[in-house]
Amino acid sequence: MTLTIADLQKGEKGIILDTSSSDIPLKLLEMGCLPGNSVELLHIAPFSDPLYLNINGSHLAIRKDTAALIQIDKVDE
Amino acid sequence: MSKQINVALIGNPNTGKTSIFNALTGLNQKVGNYPGITVDKKQGICKLSRGLKAHIIDLPGTYSLNASSLDENVVIELLLNKNDKDFPDVAVVVSDVENLKRNLLLFTQIKDLEIPTILVINMSDRMKRKGISLDIVKLEAHLKTKIALVSTRKNDGISELKTLIENYKTISHEPCMNASEIDEDYFNSLKKAFPNQLVYKLWLVITQDVNFGSTQREVIEAETFKTKSHSDLKRLQQKETIKRYQFINTVLKEGQTIDSSKATDLRSRLDRILTHKIWGYIIFFGILLLIFQAIYDWATIPMDFIDAHFAYLAEWVKNAFPPGPFTDLLADGIIAGIGGVVIFIPQIAFLFLFISILEESGYMSRVVFLMDKIMRRFGLSGKSVVPLISGTACAIPAVMATRNIENWKERLITILVTPFTTCSARLPVYLIIIALVIPEGTILGFSYKALTLMSLYILGFAMAVISAYILNKILKIRSRSFFVIEMPSYKLPLLKNVAITVLEKTKTFVFEAGKIILAISIILWVLASFGPGDQFNNAEEIVTAKYTSLSENELEDKIAAHKLEHSYIGIVGKTIEPVIKPLGYDWKIGIGLVTSFAAREVFVGTLATIYSVGSAGDPEEDDTIKNRMARETHSNGAKVFTLASGISLLLFYAFAMQCMSTLAIVKRETNSWKWPMIQLIGMTIIAYVAALMAFQFIN
Repeated sequence: MTLTIADLQKGEKGIILDTSSSDIPLKLLEMGCLPGNSVELLHIAPFSDPLYLNINGSHLAIRKDTAALIQIDKVDE
Repeated sequence: MSKQINVALIGNPNTGKTSIFNALTGLNQKVGNYPGITVDKKQGICKLSRGLKAHIIDLPGTYSLNASSLDENVVIELLLNKNDKDFPDVAVVVSDVENLKRNLLLFTQIKDLEIPTILVINMSDRMKRKGISLDIVKLEAHLKTKIALVSTRKNDGISELKTLIENYKTISHEPCMNASEIDEDYFNSLKKAFPNQLVYKLWLVITQDVNFGSTQREVIEAETFKTKSHSDLKRLQQKETIKRYQFINTVLKEGQTIDSSKATDLRSRLDRILTHKIWGYIIFFGILLLIFQAIYDWATIPMDFIDAHFAYLAEWVKNAFPPGPFTDLLADGIIAGIGGVVIFIPQIAFLFLFISILEESGYMSRVVFLMDKIMRRFGLSGKSVVPLISGTACAIPAVMATRNIENWKERLITILVTPFTTCSARLPVYLIIIALVIPEGTILGFSYKALTLMSLYILGFAMAVISAYILNKILKIRSRSFFVIEMPSYKLPLLKNVAITVLEKTKTFVFEAGKIILAISIILWVLASFGPGDQFNNAEEIVTAKYTSLSENELEDKIAAHKLEHSYIGIVGKTIEPVIKPLGYDWKIGIGLVTSFAAREVFVGTLATIYSVGSAGDPEEDDTIKNRMARETHSNGAKVFTLASGISLLLFYAFAMQCMSTLAIVKRETNSWKWPMIQLIGMTIIAYVAALMAFQFIN
């Protein structure tokens, strides 16, 4: 089973694997959401959506359904 | 001889671009519109040495040159059009030292357009706290540019930036990387087909989904040269983005070191509280409460002062000038009308003060984050919170602020319901009616009047949200949903930025509203001072014959009232009276309702004008608008402004769509008359029904 950003728990980190889904907006890629970059789930909004992420040093929030399109590898610390 | 050069300020949102603009131009700036669209065009003049002047344009914030909104499109249109009179001699890209990597993406794109480009690294005062150090010489060499390290907070580096702008001729035109490597065959064929054009320019034109208008006719031909499918182009854009980041990573590996152990993290500590599932909402609600307390309670002190002085001024004009139509127009028409606008300056200033502090500090993004899931249940987006809150100032910028909502359905619903939020134009009406009909007294330290005002704000939001819910069920629009918002770091708002915003917005409100109000005041005065037929022209004889036992003063009042009733405007009011009578209004209020369809804030000015004309005036009495309204009675002697008619009026103004400017903006933003017409008719029906029920129930 492939993991996505939506599977991360608060405080967990991952490395982005694939962003080729055409449903991922270009704007997200421009903000640094690209293969090889790190992602950390910082906070989850009340009612468990959206997600507050640190991607490659950029702090941004996206909705869970978009997060579920971005495949990652989990990084254990 | 003074020479002027064009400078374009470009940068991502939240990089402090506007602070740089303010630091360079001071108050020497003006906000206008780009022709044909409603994007704010901010420009100013900065004096450099040797008589050189820089004409600076603050372009809308954008993450890249791949435009996805009207605002971003403005940036591209200017940078692609060498014939534009504002085409920059030099571009200044503003970046934030904490987000250099992401900010440089836009920088590399602008370099590819071969425009001389200066890089500003802003917020340098934060470097130490974040453990960041930079090798400026290396960065300048790799990026083929000149760098100014600036801190607008500490007022550092601005003069260095000015020197760089002065010497713009020495700055390199060369791109710092080669983006065409992503598909050399394709880019070579482009070059062959359009040998006179810059390849990157062609590539931008081909990939833009947005409409370019007529300015780029020669380049637009490149549109025909697609040869690649939409998805292929998208894949190439992705490749381009990756390519640019690779370049930026290599550059920063050499030019930047971050020692994260030195970083103290205010962000995570504040975020833990401000986005907390309980504390987050309590704090947000507390801030809203504070705003309303300020608008109602604190602002009354300067307002009373202004009110009293305008009444005094009108009285003085009446005494100082010879009596006649001109003096009447001045005192009862113009001064009363202008007083009706000026009095709201304190409140509007307070409102914009709070909104700009919330935006500047970075807190607004947390509110968006906190509210997204809740708002989505009603067919809105977390980003709808910003328009709904700015709607408390004015629906026009609020409707424009919906542009960053990515999903069309969510955006349309936000546009449709935003006019329900209590805008500052409703405030004059609310305040005067509340002052008249709501009793004195406090509960838990908050006055009844302040609480009534707060309830009206909540009612506006509630109505917005309920209609959004219904619209979400009715509207059948399928659009792909996505949502991205940057969470900027927390910053103490810069006093200068906040002050300029408050000044600018208040000025716009006063002058824009003032123009309409002044015009309507004069028209009203004319319509109220003249009338057809005997009833108007022989008012004096008719009244004197009817009432024989009155004192001279009372008689004068009766004559004035009789005249007004039979003037042109009186006839209009009388005609619509049957429709509004069930709501508890008389024909004078009816005139106010009619003029309010131009703009709501006209209501108070209208009543001021009508009541001034309608009374002969007793110089002994404290003749403010409020006192005149309080004295108003129906023909049977009952007061016009009672709790029932007051609440009914408040509800009517809360729900009715009475703003032509908003309708015009909605037409522009939705590109059809359908939506503004739905708004106008729907909201007016809701307003009528609510006011009717309130009056009949309380009475």
